[in-house]
Amino acid sequence: MIALTGATKRYNGTTVLDDVTVEFGDEGITSLIGPNGAGKSTLFGLVGRLIQPDSGSITVDGMDVASASSKDLARTIAVLRQDNTIASRLTVQDLVEFGRFPHSHGRLNQADRVKIDEAIAYLELEELRGRFLDELSGGQRQRAFIAMVVAQDTKYVLLDEPLNNLDLRHMTEMMKLIRRMADELEKKVVVVLHDINFAATYSDRIVAMREGRIVADAACDDIMRPHVLREVYSTEVDVRVIDGKPIALYYS
Amino acid sequence: MSTDTAAVTSAPAEQKRPGAIRRLWARPGARIALLGIVVVALAAFYLFYDVPGSLLFAAKIRGLTVLAMLVVATAVGASTVVFHTITQNRILTPSIMGFDAFYGLITTVMVFLFGASGFLSADSMTLWILQVAVMVAFSGLLFTWLFAGKRRSIHLMLLVGIVLGTFFRSFTEWMQRMLDPLDFQVVTDAMFASLTRPDPTLLAFTAVLVVAGCLVLVPLLAKLDVLTLGEPMAVGLGIDHRRLVMLLFLVVSVMVAASTALVGPILFFGLIVANLAYSYAGSFRHRWTLPSAVLLGMVCLLGGQIIIEQLLGWNGTLSTVIEFAGGLFFLYLVLRKGAR
Repeated sequence: MIALTGATKRYNGTTVLDDVTVEFGDEGITSLIGPNGAGKSTLFGLVGRLIQPDSGSITVDGMDVASASSKDLARTIAVLRQDNTIASRLTVQDLVEFGRFPHSHGRLNQADRVKIDEAIAYLELEELRGRFLDELSGGQRQRAFIAMVVAQDTKYVLLDEPLNNLDLRHMTEMMKLIRRMADELEKKVVVVLHDINFAATYSDRIVAMREGRIVADAACDDIMRPHVLREVYSTEVDVRVIDGKPIALYYS
Repeated sequence: MSTDTAAVTSAPAEQKRPGAIRRLWARPGARIALLGIVVVALAAFYLFYDVPGSLLFAAKIRGLTVLAMLVVATAVGASTVVFHTITQNRILTPSIMGFDAFYGLITTVMVFLFGASGFLSADSMTLWILQVAVMVAFSGLLFTWLFAGKRRSIHLMLLVGIVLGTFFRSFTEWMQRMLDPLDFQVVTDAMFASLTRPDPTLLAFTAVLVVAGCLVLVPLLAKLDVLTLGEPMAVGLGIDHRRLVMLLFLVVSVMVAASTALVGPILFFGLIVANLAYSYAGSFRHRWTLPSAVLLGMVCLLGGQIIIEQLLGWNGTLSTVIEFAGGLFFLYLVLRKGAR
């Protein structure tokens, strides 16, 4: 269980995360939605111990992220951020090998190699494993990073806007993949999404944030209502049911 | 650092051209071995070629120079590669933290206060300890203030380093203007790195610090690789980023301070060897790039010294040649980056 208790973060007097108490980890996929600046990435930063909270506590499976060993946490939770630029030229294989670092500490054994091969196969990257990351398309590179996360073999996976810069087909493939990770690999995925229709189609639970607070937290059907979405995004959103699924229309 | 710490691991994955030699060449270990052979050959040539008198005497004197080169190449090569990894920037050198500026300031202040005769007759051991202590203390202060604190930003630290470095340089220049010509000449002389005929005791002290630095670095090689992914991913993979970077900064400052105090400012040359090492090693892994940088440093220093002494018949001034070549190489790096 990832548990935030009264987590607060301020930057120069501006509160970006305001006394947030929430738990993740019961559902396979939890989507985190909300407008820009709602505090979603800050929340990920706190859980991923990149940012220290001004007050409140964050625990992952009972381990306090402020005091627990970084190694133990890295074997329990993986966080993938939005923009992953790497200064060196790495191949896909190199990147996925890094996923084993929390387990192997740089010395890969047979079990590590099996996990690496499995992760590469799972993401269908076999033919690209020798390619350099800067030679890949956006969708392929995103898959390579996900493969690293799969190789890291953690119970919890946090993905910050994994659909960023992907086209229609790759967005759908990515969401199906995340669904499979939750169903087959039994991972507990928390994912930041901007497209609420993707969130509604693929997730088990949606948490909506606004101005540093959690304003709604429920199953998809209860979030996909015009008055809820209007409050979250401060804009008119129409919701229609198409083939039994609620679809939000916010294009006009 | 020796090359035998580098265990044989996976060769680079891409291999378009077949053939035994090509396959061998694709292995970073083979490349480093070749570089090692070149270094040994150059060292042997430098030690035993064109000896006017007693071979033993010449080898002894020249051997000290070769050892000084080895120590300097290790300190500068290793610290520059580590510095690049920490800062995620490959066109910096640790001199941005103001090491060279501080060295100049201390030397000038000494001459300013005690005169050329006082400076030249001062105990070189005391001078070396003073310089190392002041340089390490300065960089230590800089990074505990700006990195260990709440703000902790590498870029802010570098920026403050640049500003302070410029301030020290201006202050040094101002003092140099007030020196009499003889004293000024002594200062100018000390500002050029000189590798020939080092003081054996100082060389031993420097070597101890540099070897200690390497011993700290060897177990951290895998962690250094993870650092190339950047802070967010390194933290996600279980690296205690702040502690690791502080430790690495400490190692870099000690090695750089020790070698600068021994031979003078020579950091610019680290930029050349580090960048050559990245392309030569054919792998991003530090277990290959670090020894490559050190060995390439040896090739540059030995080769440069041989060319100057045997081909051009000059005396000393290796650092002038290195600065000149380094400047051209730096321009090439910047322009190539811009073109991409």
